[in-house]
Amino acid sequence: MTDVIVVGGGPAGLACAIELRRRGIPDVVVLDREERAGGIPRHCAHKGFGARDLRRVLSGPSYAQRYVALAHHVGVDIGAETMVTGWTANGSLEVTTPESRASLSASAIVLATGCRERPRPARLVPGSRPEGVLTTGLLQQLVELRSPRIGTRAVIVGAEHVSFSALLTLVHAGVKVAGMATELPRHQSLPGAALGVGLRYRVPLWTRTVLTEIRGRPRVEEVELRDLRTGQTRAVACDTVVFTADWIPDHELSVTAGLELDPGTRGPQVDTVLRTTQVGLFAAGNLLQGAEPADVAALSGRHAAASVVSWLNHNNHWPERVPIVCRPPLLWISPNAVSGGEPPPRDRFALRSSAFLAGLGIEIRQHDRLLWTGRLRRIVPGRSSSLPASWLEKVDPHGSAIDVQLAAQRH
Amino acid sequence: MGAGVVGAAVARELSRFHLSCTLLEAGPDIGAGTSKANTALLHTGFDATPGTLEARLVRRGHELLSAYAPQAGIPLARIGALLVAWTPEQRAAFPRIVERAHANGDAAIREVGVEELYRREPHLGPGAHGALDVPDEGIVCPFTTPLAYATEAVLNGCELRRGVRVIGVEHRGDGGFELHTTLGPIITRFFVNAAGLYSDELDRLAGHDGFTITPRRGELIVYDKLARPLLNHIVLAVPTGTTKGVLVSPTVYGNILVGPTAQDVPWKDDTSSTAEGLAYLRAESKRILPQLAQHEVTAVYVGLRAATEHTDYQLTIHAAEGYTCIGGIRSTGLSASLAIAEHVRTELGAAGLELRAKESPATVRMPNIGELSPRPYEQAGRIVCFCERVTLAEIEAALGSTIPPVDLDGLRRRTRVLMGRCQGFYCGARVAALLREGTA
Repeated sequence: MTDVIVVGGGPAGLACAIELRRRGIPDVVVLDREERAGGIPRHCAHKGFGARDLRRVLSGPSYAQRYVALAHHVGVDIGAETMVTGWTANGSLEVTTPESRASLSASAIVLATGCRERPRPARLVPGSRPEGVLTTGLLQQLVELRSPRIGTRAVIVGAEHVSFSALLTLVHAGVKVAGMATELPRHQSLPGAALGVGLRYRVPLWTRTVLTEIRGRPRVEEVELRDLRTGQTRAVACDTVVFTADWIPDHELSVTAGLELDPGTRGPQVDTVLRTTQVGLFAAGNLLQGAEPADVAALSGRHAAASVVSWLNHNNHWPERVPIVCRPPLLWISPNAVSGGEPPPRDRFALRSSAFLAGLGIEIRQHDRLLWTGRLRRIVPGRSSSLPASWLEKVDPHGSAIDVQLAAQRH
Repeated sequence: MGAGVVGAAVARELSRFHLSCTLLEAGPDIGAGTSKANTALLHTGFDATPGTLEARLVRRGHELLSAYAPQAGIPLARIGALLVAWTPEQRAAFPRIVERAHANGDAAIREVGVEELYRREPHLGPGAHGALDVPDEGIVCPFTTPLAYATEAVLNGCELRRGVRVIGVEHRGDGGFELHTTLGPIITRFFVNAAGLYSDELDRLAGHDGFTITPRRGELIVYDKLARPLLNHIVLAVPTGTTKGVLVSPTVYGNILVGPTAQDVPWKDDTSSTAEGLAYLRAESKRILPQLAQHEVTAVYVGLRAATEHTDYQLTIHAAEGYTCIGGIRSTGLSASLAIAEHVRTELGAAGLELRAKESPATVRMPNIGELSPRPYEQAGRIVCFCERVTLAEIEAALGSTIPPVDLDGLRRRTRVLMGRCQGFYCGARVAALLREGTA
């Protein structure tokens, strides 16, 4: 039996495997279903990867290559084109490789299967079903594979970091961007970056705007946009639509393993050291929530490795947990359970909201006990705000669920 | 003319005899029109109007396809349907439905009580008043079926031309026809119109005017495979005046499908979904199978059913001319296809077509793309499409098959590639590149 199998060879999975080897685990295997390990950054040609974990700034492909090289260097066994398709009755992994079909088992398993953008059907956008409807992930790979006919004029749905990344990809591929549409009152990226991109490429940002229909056959011809303030609709001519962000964890193996999912993140519920609800099964990276930057995902993988090692050394302890529940407009918190005082990755919790919030108090309560209260300067939808972990020791491990909510509104 | 499920079935049937046969298709591929966008059910015909041609052919087609599918590698399973009453009025309609089923030769239908219903479908929404059990209703792969027919026809010498439209039909003095097509003239003794939504227009080109197609739009939602354990049977609604209502059914690919809506539309080429239709289907999903609301939608698709002003098939054999019109097949073409073909062949024989059976006609074994039996990835393979677990070998086999795909949709129907929850996020670019290389 292998010591540890890591499912998924993106930043979180590779960082986890590398850390496991560094901490002396002899036999660490990464199973990756793609032709090459490295995960999503392989297709992100722009700079900006590695600041938090590798202390340098790389392009996505360089970052991915670096992780693969590091993994090989420390003796991680990476299986490419190796897909875990499910579980056997006794909890082994069912694995398909180019040459074989096998059941693999390990003393510990780490799920690091990442997340994906919701495509058009999942968003229930009506209209025709033409060519030219993409996600950022598909767009970046089309450009990478030098596909002909990416398009000539695009509308981008969403205004998060990744949406601006899609914009840059389109512009570099020679596609004019007609505009970016977001249902929110403003964009969600960094102010400087978004302003710079907007000015440089003269791309209008349509706020409080929802895409209500796609028209055209066989290729996109136009989209219908509705202004949520006025209710008025208008048509915008384009031959390409890119749906960005709206991430969902790729949680199939988590579900088929019978893990409890967090209702907010839709990823497996994990405690602060990334234990799932099943003994011996850990989860890390953007499977836990969609989506953090690659370096944050990698640090989550590293954190899981420490937890795995600790568990392998004291093989009998898989404690009860208290879930953490977010109240609207707060969307989710990650990690989302507490089973002791050990700190979460990067010593903080990530908190998301569905609305822009500024200067509001946050309360963390367990039943009628206040565990923590504080103020967050600003919360931007689609970006994580940090909550401290200082309150963990106050949690009653046998108590009810922990609530995270806005403090009673004060004037 | 027309390589949907009906035209392909007729071509297959005729190709088993010593005669020269050509299958023409206006679209880019086999089964790329109405045949690709339906509820993918194998009907028993229990609820058809007794005495109609449709009732007879659906029943016979059910029998023929049930026997053909396992030999030809078509995913098919008779999982049974439960027709659920949600009001006392619907429950009161049961005796009439049972009587009709008996008249159609379905002896297996029986009523089940509320307790048994919820035992067999524990996730069904609250408020059911009972159900009718129709054990022989089934699910079938709507993509493989017409492809199997057409492939078998081609292997038996039938000539297939895709992307060709008939623009004129001329009756020749010596009997037979000269078809004016976008590929030039074609001379034939017998001519079969299986043009689906366009069968009325072709019928008029042939000098008849028997019916008018009014396309009926049906929108459908496909839920994520993770929802599949929620459902064991096809859950049918009690039919109302105009439609059979919204049904919820497993698919042979392991998803759950909800639909169709029913709306008459004045066009034949626009398969757009609507905000109202999708909202309605979401509400129906939640009512019938509440837990579906927590699941992701994998796909939305829209079919146009070839409805007419008549209540039965518009299947007419003009024996003296040698012209056969198969119109108004609506939503039962998949179930009835083999029986329609058998019927047409018999009638053409009576009309003077010499039918000398081939001693050992070719048979087909299509690649399995369903979840009802093992798939290639369960042996080994380079999995390209992760969501649907499609291997490189399957894609290459499809690209090199007897009737290769010409576009991504065609590759999708042959392999399931890109049909899954990510809709190409992971593999879309690679699959497009494989198609480009494979068709270059």
